[in-house]
Amino acid sequence: MRIIHKLGMLALLLTASAMALASEGGVHLDKAPIDLKNTASLQRGAKLFTSRCLACHGASYMRYNRLRDIGMSEDQIKKDLELPEDVKLGSTMQAAMDANSAKLAFGEAPPDLSVIARSRSPDWLYTYMRTFYADPTRASGWNNLVFPSVGMPFVLADLQGKQVLQIENKKGHEVKKLVLESPGTMCTAGSSLCKAAYDAAIADLTNYLVFMSDPSKMVRYDLGYIVLGFLFVLFVLIYALKKELWKDIH
Amino acid sequence: MMNLLKNRMMNLLKNLIGWIDARFPLISTWKEHASEYYAPKNFNFWYFFGSLALLVLVIQIASGIFLTMNYKPDALFAFASVEYIMRDVQWGWLLRYIHSTGASMFFVVIYLHMFRGLMYGSYRKPRELLWIIGMIIYLALMGEAFMGYLLPWGQMSFWGAQVIVNLFSSVPFIGHDLAILIRGDFVVSDTTLNRFFALHVIAIPLILVLIVVAHLVALHEVGSNNPDGIEIKKHKDANGRPLDGIPFHPYYTVKDGVGAVGFLIIFCAIVFFAPDMGGYFLEYNNFVPANPMKTPEHIAPVWYFTPYYAILRAVPPLFGSQFPGVVAMGVATVIFFFLPWLDRGKVKSIRYRGPIYKIFLALFVVSFVGLGWLGLMPATPTYTLISRILAVVYFAFFLLMPWYTRIDKCKPEPDRVTSK
Repeated sequence: MRIIHKLGMLALLLTASAMALASEGGVHLDKAPIDLKNTASLQRGAKLFTSRCLACHGASYMRYNRLRDIGMSEDQIKKDLELPEDVKLGSTMQAAMDANSAKLAFGEAPPDLSVIARSRSPDWLYTYMRTFYADPTRASGWNNLVFPSVGMPFVLADLQGKQVLQIENKKGHEVKKLVLESPGTMCTAGSSLCKAAYDAAIADLTNYLVFMSDPSKMVRYDLGYIVLGFLFVLFVLIYALKKELWKDIH
Repeated sequence: MMNLLKNRMMNLLKNLIGWIDARFPLISTWKEHASEYYAPKNFNFWYFFGSLALLVLVIQIASGIFLTMNYKPDALFAFASVEYIMRDVQWGWLLRYIHSTGASMFFVVIYLHMFRGLMYGSYRKPRELLWIIGMIIYLALMGEAFMGYLLPWGQMSFWGAQVIVNLFSSVPFIGHDLAILIRGDFVVSDTTLNRFFALHVIAIPLILVLIVVAHLVALHEVGSNNPDGIEIKKHKDANGRPLDGIPFHPYYTVKDGVGAVGFLIIFCAIVFFAPDMGGYFLEYNNFVPANPMKTPEHIAPVWYFTPYYAILRAVPPLFGSQFPGVVAMGVATVIFFFLPWLDRGKVKSIRYRGPIYKIFLALFVVSFVGLGWLGLMPATPTYTLISRILAVVYFAFFLLMPWYTRIDKCKPEPDRVTSK
């Protein structure tokens, strides 16, 4: 019996380490500071998303009025996001550009972003949007560290500025490094602050994408504690019933 | 006044039950399967998983019915309809996560239930048929899970189905036609989605429920095994009741209730806090809509199929055909059917088996878990080598069983059940 128990533990350990291994791999990804309780950040992310991303990408499973989940009133949704008059709040977020011309322009239709934070991890998105660099060999003029030869041009270049790739040789290892060559509009003070301001904006955007990929997250966790609390109470009661009932069985 | 009313009500109820009982075996069925079904009193932790499997079956059917009300089995709308359920249907996300978590937890519970059978020799005489019916349930469940996985119509749904159906096309002579018969088309398409939907929501669940009933009927005919692997029917009292047996109701209905609530705590923790389970219950790539023009770099089946997938990949192709691997995979599942006749041990339970059986069972667990892990990984040369070794261990557990169970030094079984 004991050997079986030990093996059971071993199996569990193996599975756990396999899970840890499986989540690694590829370019180093920066940890996205996700905080779904921070509605200010989510709202800033929503604004950035609708003003920039929706030009080419759609979010065709996401309705505008769902933004009420992140604390926006219907008025705010209309005004803050500068929605055109003909867009109804109950409609889904459609790309401004139609899919065919987008395909012609970029070689591939830009993917729908409704659930992008589920197929790509938040960390991947956070790193991706911060690692564009100028590359004259590409038709768009841009390339990306975590998504090499990406078809998307860097539409946030005015905010971040222009990064260039530097390859350093450290003990025979090539280390890729991005250097900010010319700062963007988010740069009002020293260059160290530029980075922080842009990173914070991308953190907001990633935060929003995570919310949009699964809006149930806004209620799911709180509800989960209530459900588990109920089940724990039920467990104590039914366990007591079982103890009482089984008293005489030996 | 109150007493009079109470008496009237009791009489009414009695009359109603009498009326039904004269036309339907209500009381006798209840007695036979619950209040006078005697189960061994020494069930341990491992005996929760049978009733838990039944619980998950009910959860899956109930949540599935409500999902069906909003899901669209159409290649153009399937992916969107799942997102519609997740966002626009009231409590739709809860139904969907319950159903997706239930699929994986079904296999967790079934694998533990089967492992219990291995440990305590529950497949041995007179429970051979019970075991075989159980194995049929397991195969039906695999079919159910496979068909269901196509329905969200994501990249993994599509390409997973493509890979599995292509396995059938490696069967000599009839393979090509067989694959077309399954798909209903030359490729996985809208037609395939439609028929998988029909099979997933009607055909297989219907069969599943019927064979689960048969499993229970067979169980109650021969009586439950127990951790000591001895027959409680050998010692009966003057009324013909087993001395070591206790009525299933209320003892085990309440005890299984404890197990059910304990299980639901884990189940709900997953549903509410980690429904993806780090990409193991819901694969990340399946949130990309199916695209027949774009093959994903790495196609891995869901975790519960990976031990068999690893065996498939471990077998080298013969004359450029994958068929040997497919056969190995098929044999790896079907070989469980023969356990009652492969096992020649003098005792049933691991408690009284010798060291050789324990070592083989331990190696089997290592090979099953190891293959499951390797099935998720890309097939590198090192991994393929390990897969081959573990596949040999897997089959050795079964094929050498007649030999090692016979020569093993068993301890004497007790006369009556023990409680530890």
